[in-house]
Amino acid sequence: MRPAGPNWAMRVPIFRGQQATGSSMAGFDKRVGSYEQALEGLTDGMTVLAGGFGLCGIPENLIAQIRRMGVTGLTVVSNNCGVDGFGLGVLLEQRQIKKMIASYVGENAEFERQLLSGELEVVLTPQGTLAEKMRAGGAGIPAFYTATGYGTQIGEGKESRSFGGRHYILEESITGDFAIVKGWKADWYGNVIYRHTAQNFNPAVATAGRITVVEVEEIVPPGTLDPAQIHTPGIYVDRLIQGSFEKRIEKRTVRS
Amino acid sequence: MALTREQMAQRVARELRDGYYVNLGIGIPTLVANYIPDGIEVMLQSENGLLGMGPFPTESEIDADLINAGKQTVTARKGASIFSSVESFAMIRGGHVDLTVLGAFEVDVHGNIASWMVPGKLVKGMGGAMDLVAGADNIIVTMTHAGKAGDSKLLPECSLPLTGAGCIKRVLTDLAYLEIENGAFILKERAPGVSVDEIVSKTAGKLIVPDEVPEMRF
Repeated sequence: MRPAGPNWAMRVPIFRGQQATGSSMAGFDKRVGSYEQALEGLTDGMTVLAGGFGLCGIPENLIAQIRRMGVTGLTVVSNNCGVDGFGLGVLLEQRQIKKMIASYVGENAEFERQLLSGELEVVLTPQGTLAEKMRAGGAGIPAFYTATGYGTQIGEGKESRSFGGRHYILEESITGDFAIVKGWKADWYGNVIYRHTAQNFNPAVATAGRITVVEVEEIVPPGTLDPAQIHTPGIYVDRLIQGSFEKRIEKRTVRS
Repeated sequence: MALTREQMAQRVARELRDGYYVNLGIGIPTLVANYIPDGIEVMLQSENGLLGMGPFPTESEIDADLINAGKQTVTARKGASIFSSVESFAMIRGGHVDLTVLGAFEVDVHGNIASWMVPGKLVKGMGGAMDLVAGADNIIVTMTHAGKAGDSKLLPECSLPLTGAGCIKRVLTDLAYLEIENGAFILKERAPGVSVDEIVSKTAGKLIVPDEVPEMRF
């Protein structure tokens, strides 16, 4: 994991891809032509932050591309780890993940098997702390105090301090080599809007990648989206691609 | 008779107040949404980023992009808002949620709660539970009073790894409604037909029994 702060000054996109338009605003045009280009530069042992909650709002095509690339030894930071055969579960099946930082896992048999056999290292992190770690990481804040986890196993070995008579533990922020994000719509500049609860961790993840890659359902020309409705401003986004999504439902519940 | 799951939800629902923002955990707490008293309005918070959770969708309303914290498809009610996980936990950790209802394996007289892991069994994670108990002032824990073997879950000291320390003040079990104060459980109400003696025998932690312990009515 990369500390926040000084490294930020070196934040240079390795690759922005072929500007599909060739227009004069290419400097802000984040579009890339293929999923290969979207994840170029991702290598063994890197840290990847992934948006999504369960299977909702996961960057499913970028995950599939990581699988095709076959990179291994990854540290993956994501609230959950997919299911067997879908989402981050496909990276588990290929033994591409070395370490998982998540709040709730084990919806897949393969995860359980690798955990029990010691092939996979897991760092369970409270959900709000996980979100805040990435928010802070993206905002250049190296650590923060929180009451969450004080007096529990999560607080063991961590610095603690009292403010106003209440106890807090110090949690370090998280940044990644790559952040993979699923949006709904984006313009060429990488201004992103999410749809419903598919937003979840995606905006925080988008801020905390050295290279942030966003896949969306629709890319629109600049000026189409209302600037005041943008969830993730383009400044955080390095590469943008349009994909088609299966959007698998984990628990289909209906009322009669 | 011990309370059914539905009766427990019904009893918790009486603690709802008009204008409350409420987070309901998985299991019995989720059922509370079915018993919101007439004439009051509450907004349900789902920690994946939804305030104003509505009922499950009809077949034609199903939307993969709209789920609750249990990953079930849901709807958003009129007046709902949707936001990021960061925003959602700012609400929770900042103490903005009026009432949190969640399940547990154990609670103790110090207000400690254990709800997320049993050593030796597969640990799936705490999800948002540690944030919820640390951030909320007003929490009701719903749980069975004792295990199948009669072993008390209301203890002098939690035996399982904690979810939060010193944060629980109210517990509803299938036998009783209790509050936690100054290192003791205080018996406030008992389930219909359940004797004080039975509750005493199934409470391992220090228990204070007032002269009058009213029976719950349904």
